[in-house]
Amino acid sequence: MSVARFWRHLPQRYNMVGTKCETCGRHFFPPRTFCPDCRRAGKIVEHKFVGSGTVVTYTVIHTAAEQYSMLTPYVLAIVKLDEGPQITTQIVMDPAKVKIGMKVKSVFRKIATDGESGIIHYGTKFVPVE
Amino acid sequence: MVGIITYGAYIPRYRIKVEEITRVWGANAADITGGLGVFEKSVPDLDEDAATIAVEAARNALKRRNVDPEKIGAVYVGSESHPYAVKPTACTVGEAIGATPRMTAADYEFACKAGTAAIQTCMGLVKSGMIPYGLAIGSDVSQGAPSDALEYTAAAGGAAYVIGNDDPIAIINHTCSFTTDTPDFWRREGQDYPRHGGRFTGDPGYFKHVKGASLLLFEQMHTTAKDYDYAVFHQPNAKFPQKVAKDLGFKTEQIKPGLVVPHLGNTYSGASPIGLAATLDIAKPGDRIFVCSFGSGAGSDAFDITVTDAITSGDFHREAAPSVQQLLKDPIYLDYARYAKHKGKIVMQS
Amino acid sequence: MRDVAVIGIGCTKFGEKWESSFRDIFVEAGALALEDAQLSGEKIDAMYVGNMSAGRFIGQEHIGALIADYAGMATRHIPSTRVEAACASGGLAFRQAVIAVASGMEDIVIAAGVEKMTDVGSDESTDTLTGAADREWEGFMGATFPGLYAMIAQDYMHKYHMTREQLAQVAVKNHYNGARNPIAQFQSEITLDTVLKSTMVAEPLRLFDCSPVTDGAAAVIVAPLERAREFTDTPIKVLASAQASDTIALHDRRDISTLDATVAAGQRAFKKAHLSQKDIDMVEVHDCFTIAEICAIEDLGFCKKGEAGKFTADGETALGGKIPVNTSGGLKACGHPVGATGIKQVCEIVQQLRGTAGKRQVDGAKIGMTHNVGGTGATVAVHILGRV
Repeated sequence: MSVARFWRHLPQRYNMVGTKCETCGRHFFPPRTFCPDCRRAGKIVEHKFVGSGTVVTYTVIHTAAEQYSMLTPYVLAIVKLDEGPQITTQIVMDPAKVKIGMKVKSVFRKIATDGESGIIHYGTKFVPVE
Repeated sequence: MVGIITYGAYIPRYRIKVEEITRVWGANAADITGGLGVFEKSVPDLDEDAATIAVEAARNALKRRNVDPEKIGAVYVGSESHPYAVKPTACTVGEAIGATPRMTAADYEFACKAGTAAIQTCMGLVKSGMIPYGLAIGSDVSQGAPSDALEYTAAAGGAAYVIGNDDPIAIINHTCSFTTDTPDFWRREGQDYPRHGGRFTGDPGYFKHVKGASLLLFEQMHTTAKDYDYAVFHQPNAKFPQKVAKDLGFKTEQIKPGLVVPHLGNTYSGASPIGLAATLDIAKPGDRIFVCSFGSGAGSDAFDITVTDAITSGDFHREAAPSVQQLLKDPIYLDYARYAKHKGKIVMQS
Repeated sequence: MRDVAVIGIGCTKFGEKWESSFRDIFVEAGALALEDAQLSGEKIDAMYVGNMSAGRFIGQEHIGALIADYAGMATRHIPSTRVEAACASGGLAFRQAVIAVASGMEDIVIAAGVEKMTDVGSDESTDTLTGAADREWEGFMGATFPGLYAMIAQDYMHKYHMTREQLAQVAVKNHYNGARNPIAQFQSEITLDTVLKSTMVAEPLRLFDCSPVTDGAAAVIVAPLERAREFTDTPIKVLASAQASDTIALHDRRDISTLDATVAAGQRAFKKAHLSQKDIDMVEVHDCFTIAEICAIEDLGFCKKGEAGKFTADGETALGGKIPVNTSGGLKACGHPVGATGIKQVCEIVQQLRGTAGKRQVDGAKIGMTHNVGGTGATVAVHILGRV
């Protein structure tokens, strides 16, 4: 991923900054500048997600893309954030223990690196709430 | 009065026991556990580094108290294992806590005392009125060369301090330092592992500087060990801080809460900051804390700190983030092979 | 709008074709289709070609022009268009060709699909396929394509309690069919054990739950129905063409284990053709992973939601069953050269309807259906074809 593309979404990657439509109350992550329900009547504001959610579905990746091959086996899940939107994320945990419905919270981790000399892509993963 | 507004620590979940390392190198575990007083050390996860640890420690600090991150005017991160040689960890931390862009920042290196150097810098900026709050962090994922003595203790962890003068939970009454050019431990640019002068690191290194700064602080504050409730010393192992504490007149109970090295290892730039955090975790209003760090190269920063009522006031919530003891609980143990993978000690296909 | 018919089909053998280049396989498939339609290339008015990612697999873009050139049609300057919708590229190319003829804009049109995947290493091809998903918010977070379908499987099994064996039966059936399809990549039957003991890829999906990396090309020729008998004794009418879209990311779907785009496209196709599920004699669905076939037969309405596992295990989707699914061997056994699959599906249905499907012939086949999916369900194309 190019430096510009990574940098452009730092507020989303580091701080889960999305948007909210104040007109209907719907939250968006990644941010949307146009509410699909209210359309032009929707008033969009910035919203920083709390970083708390529930596991909707998951898998344990054994064969990964090269960037992530050091981490296998790792848990990949769709997490429903408390505010509503669903996201795809890794959950740092013992793969044997993942369950649909478990509560998770965000942590700051390295997502990937661009080889030995490229930049480091930091971002958000999740861990179980104990 | 300049002091600590809030603090937070972070320690990765993984550990490796000293016996597991001695097993691989054919050494004697009792020499380390008995001789150095270290039983196990923390190991970063595959996706953790000094930056992620610094961010987690900073976020833990901010969970405990409502500090407007936009008022943090400076971020300094001290480490010997900054992920980049050029591109400051402090910028990543600043972004991750919402302090950017109106702030100054830089990374520090001074072996194990880069974190306390950051605290001193923030004190100066706050005291002079240049900034309302400064964030000082010591964070490391230190490397020890395979089979070297340092491999048994080089650990991972960090602690963050928000420095300010608006209702601190602990006032930093004074700080002073003792610094010389001493080649006791070093790492040349481009080298994977540090080197050290063996026994030379003791008296001419650690003891000379810790005593130097500590005695200077006693002199400037007109105090002795008896005037303090607690003391925290840099802890490359359990032996050195216990010896220097005794030499300076401190008792075992005074250094106990801050002596975390036996089940954590030496977190380098995180060592004194985590030791202080562990002490603040149990401190009461009025407690007076003596801190003296040490960084090879060499130098020591000493601090005289008094805990205020604010630590138990409604404003500051100690329970909102994990204590050092909580962070040390429920570790996940690794064998040497997994440890080597986590620490990047295995040569992969490039 | 006029009726459209398929007048010729051609398909290369699917597999790892080390000796053949991208240009070689397209030309081969095109030539077979022209031969089948007994048509000379000069009669072709336009071309649509489905291709997902020649740019990453062979560093080549501008596929429409490349193919017209190598098919010997550049000097006639016919319009040639590349169509892309990840794994649904072929299905969409077919639909574009049908629209061109139905609208009266063009008369004789080739719809082709081609993918040459083995000129890059598996790390590169895996990463390229991740582009069918949401790169920014799925791929970059560590999702692999099998990982996304595995999450669909996990959600499905949590809700409907299908057994692992029932899921594996999809692959066993498709290999049985593939062994009877001369162009299929895999020519041997497998057992349930083969699937259940294969390497874990992303829980619960194992190697044998996943379609392979394949080189291959396919082409069909469409013409106005009223002119079809100029070229063939067995014209096959396009009874319906439908297409639907949905969110690109799986996490934004209404229901993780229902592909709403399949439901929408399927319903539109049945409505346009004035037909229902019971009228369909066989269907080629998009089994990029075994779970995809399970969801497909439910989402197209061939059985109730949650019952496809039992339906499959009971043999209802086998060659002799109630509704044979993937007589070609599906993506799993026939292979999945991404852009070509949607066209190959049409070729298979046409063969069935002509009665030339050999050992995998469904007796009395009159009406068939194809179902082609892009990504985890962001694009779906459904076609219904019938004997005239």
